[in-house]
Amino acid sequence: MSLKFTPDHEWIRLDANGIATVGITPHAQDALGDVVFVDLPEVGKTYAAHDTVGVVESVKAAADVFSPVSGEVTEVNETLRADPSLANTDPQDSGWFFRIKLSDPSQLDGLMDEAAYAELLKNA
Amino acid sequence: MSDSTASDLISTPLHALHLELGARMVPFAGYAMPVQYPAGILAEHLQTRQSAGLFDISHMGQVALRGDGAAAALETLVPVDIQGLAEGKQRYALFTNEAGGILDDLMVIPRPRDDGQGLELFLIVNAACKAQDVALLQTLADRCEIVPMPEQALLALQGPLAVQSFARLVPQAAGLVFMTGRWMDVPTPTTPIRIYATRSGYTGEDGLEISVAAHDAERLARLLLALPEVKPIGLGARDTLRLEAGLCLYGHDIDTTTTPVEAGLSWALQKVRRTGGARAGGFPGADRILSQLDNPAVVTRRRVGLIGLDRTPVREGTELHAADGRLAGRVTSGSFAPSAGGPVAMAYVATEFTAPGTTLHAQVRGRAVPMQLQPMPFVPHRYWRG
Repeated sequence: MSLKFTPDHEWIRLDANGIATVGITPHAQDALGDVVFVDLPEVGKTYAAHDTVGVVESVKAAADVFSPVSGEVTEVNETLRADPSLANTDPQDSGWFFRIKLSDPSQLDGLMDEAAYAELLKNA
Repeated sequence: MSDSTASDLISTPLHALHLELGARMVPFAGYAMPVQYPAGILAEHLQTRQSAGLFDISHMGQVALRGDGAAAALETLVPVDIQGLAEGKQRYALFTNEAGGILDDLMVIPRPRDDGQGLELFLIVNAACKAQDVALLQTLADRCEIVPMPEQALLALQGPLAVQSFARLVPQAAGLVFMTGRWMDVPTPTTPIRIYATRSGYTGEDGLEISVAAHDAERLARLLLALPEVKPIGLGARDTLRLEAGLCLYGHDIDTTTTPVEAGLSWALQKVRRTGGARAGGFPGADRILSQLDNPAVVTRRRVGLIGLDRTPVREGTELHAADGRLAGRVTSGSFAPSAGGPVAMAYVATEFTAPGTTLHAQVRGRAVPMQLQPMPFVPHRYWRG
């Protein structure tokens, strides 16, 4: 399993069939505080890497959600939409945001691995 | 926050305690203040609605006006009946400007001086405005003595169980009703702590605001946090609590461009200061404010409350449009409201759109989010009126 991270504090995990799952990191949810609302991308729509595809809002703050890679969104987490607090309590598992079919899997190579992301947080 | 920013900020007397409690500190009005503790804003908000919460509001300004002419002098700056205010009775007031706008909002209570030398007017003003407020009050210096009290800390204990828990320490506290105050001594294992407490607050809940010498503030805060009903609450929850209670935040819901009438604060202007009253007018902006009171048709906009009809939070600055697309107004405070269970907002809207039940559309990220006008408070006040 390949788990990668973006400078925007999102994670992306490549699953089978060239489809990856995307969510926000434990650091991101901690910085935001209690998440009360998520806006998720449109299933079937194609996005480019770095496109704004959604929003995550806490009581005090709103942050854009970006697509870490280019591709077509295949699924969004309706359970998260109904219970946004999953982004706080289980950000790297049941609190996932969306799944995307990568148009260029090599884009993952440009993202951080776990060690590099840990280093980024340390220097933040 | 960078180190240089942090070092420019003023610390309250409870700074070390906040850090010990794991607070996340943020800059606010030049102070380093706790925005939340590890429990988080939602839990802290609900704690205050269900039990009791302790807030450090030492950044707010405390000022005494002394001398026989103080009440009459203050009335030249506020459209409020100060001379008719009895000892120990607290009142909400507003400093107005010549255009009828609001320079700050404040609390006023005549109280005995702690040294026994007669009465004084005790004022609590907003942190961001306090330097300007003191300068404004100094214009009264030939009529009364202006005494800023930077050596005083201010704590708020708020929630349905706030006063009953505090009364285990100081039984007299239970004798206060909403908007009254008195001096008290809090017994401790060593020396008692002298406080001035009012039964008031900024959450819509019952509770106290407690002025205490800075050097006693941490000792008092630890006594209060030792009460099983009480937990520390940050500024984040203070904001959602006051928003649900329909209470204005200066610089957002009221400012120099909003009049008390537009802001829905006409209740704060007693009859005696209005047209036909014994001391009508005589405050800055009286012409405009009294004409708005006398002839509501001249008021072009009013502050209203809105609830979101979907889950999208609607933030300050968001435009509101009518069904036909016309701009109706703008949001001045907005958030997810934990006790109301959805998004709420305050906004100024053109008077033609102020009927309760009106649906307006907030423009959020290019999408129209429906909101409905609803009378405030969004969550009922639970003040103790005896």
